[in-house]
Amino acid sequence: MTSGASRTKPRTGVGGLRQSASDGLIITWRNLKRIPRIPELAIFAVLQSIMFVLLFAFVFGGAIPLPGGGNYREYLMPGIFAQTIVFAAATTAIGMSEDVHKGLIDRFRSLPMARSAILIGRALSDVVYNGGILIVLMLSGLLVGWTVRTGIPPFLEGVGLLLLFAFAMSWIGIWLGLSVPSVEVAQQAVFIVLFPITFVSNVFVPPQTLPSWLQPIAEWNPTSTLTASLRGLWGNPNPYASTGFPSQHPVLVTLLWVVVIVAVFAPLGIRRYRSMSH
Amino acid sequence: MSVAQPLVDPSVAPACPEEIVIATAIAAHGLVKVYRSRKSEVRALDGIDLEVEAGTVLGLLGPNGAGKTTTVRILATLLRPDAGTATVAGFDVVHQPQEVRSIIGLSGQYAAVDENLTGRENLWMFGRLYQMSSSAARQRAVELLDQFGLVEAADRVVKTYSGGMRRRLDLAGSLISHPLLLFLDEPTTGLDPQGRLGMWEVIRGLVREGATLLLTTQYLEEADELADTIAVVDHGKIIARGTADELKSQVGGERIEVIVHDQVDLGRARQLLAPTGIGDPHVDEHTRRISIATDRGAQGLVQVVRDLDEASIRINDIGLRRPTLDDVFLSLTGHESESGE
Repeated sequence: MTSGASRTKPRTGVGGLRQSASDGLIITWRNLKRIPRIPELAIFAVLQSIMFVLLFAFVFGGAIPLPGGGNYREYLMPGIFAQTIVFAAATTAIGMSEDVHKGLIDRFRSLPMARSAILIGRALSDVVYNGGILIVLMLSGLLVGWTVRTGIPPFLEGVGLLLLFAFAMSWIGIWLGLSVPSVEVAQQAVFIVLFPITFVSNVFVPPQTLPSWLQPIAEWNPTSTLTASLRGLWGNPNPYASTGFPSQHPVLVTLLWVVVIVAVFAPLGIRRYRSMSH
Repeated sequence: MSVAQPLVDPSVAPACPEEIVIATAIAAHGLVKVYRSRKSEVRALDGIDLEVEAGTVLGLLGPNGAGKTTTVRILATLLRPDAGTATVAGFDVVHQPQEVRSIIGLSGQYAAVDENLTGRENLWMFGRLYQMSSSAARQRAVELLDQFGLVEAADRVVKTYSGGMRRRLDLAGSLISHPLLLFLDEPTTGLDPQGRLGMWEVIRGLVREGATLLLTTQYLEEADELADTIAVVDHGKIIARGTADELKSQVGGERIEVIVHDQVDLGRARQLLAPTGIGDPHVDEHTRRISIATDRGAQGLVQVVRDLDEASIRINDIGLRRPTLDDVFLSLTGHESESGE
């Protein structure tokens, strides 16, 4: 134990890493339990994505020609998957904020458990939750004409990339959820951040149609690189601005984004969580 | 089980570690906590000293915002003090938080249980997080559900529980590991009268078993009912401490109270009481109650009974009343306590 310093850090846990893992899994279990008990949450998450599919496939889709041709709905679906994953940060932020304001975090902090477990459990359970939502969305995608033209291994690579990205986004959600003063603010704040991220991208329209000053932003936007990765991996139409580095190496750039987001927001979230005792 | 023996001198304590009780359960000196925002500074705690002996119940009594919850949060390792030191069973709350957490139980103002889990699942989860094995946690959950009358609701989602049931579950959650020391932060705030009585019964049971308890409350009668000693907190300072009786006698002055049977007798009774007491009698026409301060105690009461009897005034009730804690609070702080909500 370190002592003597004016601000000694609390110990992370009695049993170190092993305790972090086992406590983290208990919190994961607890977070997952709530899904079947508030089925509305998952149902509306799926419905929201399906709404976007229907709106863009049948309302705007006709007005959005793809450069070089191709089926718009097949183009759209990978973007919808990516958008759903980006929006998952909202679920995380709201869940975290609820735990803070209902006093559960205080209860957990008064227990001799690993302090990291709350955050690890939250990130893990949200990855599982989003995996479930993706399955439903992919099935509905198949119905409107989306398909994987390559094979099983690239398909799984795409899914893995989506889940990795979900993990990264949940750290943004954790930080936001711990930072806002109430659950309502969490809901508002998240959407202000997330809407531009998903719309200034290649999700709904080919980036070539954007004003030129906006194109580089859309090109480097992690939602775009994730979407472009999926389209590339699965053989879906991918009329992307051709010469830029992100469009040449979308998977690499997406992985870099995952690393950067986790490297920035995990320490921020952990610091927030620790500073709750000041 | 945690049959803690009150006030055992450690030097003669039995060798069995379960029964070693440290005589001083809580010792806090000069606790200061300042909340800073951009424009203002609030001194939530302004030098709090506390000592709680093992096996006793300390009631921290004060209005909203007096600093009760801040004190509990510091002692329970949720908050760091800006100045001062505190130990819980000998462990420093700042430097040995994990040791402190393993021997305390905390039950907060709002029932901090997971609404989407059942009662049983909540207790199992807390047990696991106290580092119990899965089967031990399951076993302990069964015991606690039984002890707190939650067996029938055990497998229902907590969302469906009443406020009183949630509080009981929350309290059960804080008892999972047989804590040496229990913090109850306003355990009955927001409960209906029936829920409050039920909670008192549960807390009395814990006290009978020898639990050491620090209880905060805005309800004066609650402190009177449950605590051995009371510390009155106002504006981050302890302004008085002692047993309920000691505090009441600080305010001094017993009162003789009479309730007459017939409204018409109020005037005559008032005149009869006046010479026995000090100052003017207080008359409440609506309840037909007359009360007057006295320094003659029981003798004065006997005198009044004789006088009323001779004048053939029928009475419904008569007695010598000691001041309530409400009176104590008023005379100590100069303002009413905000116990009404």
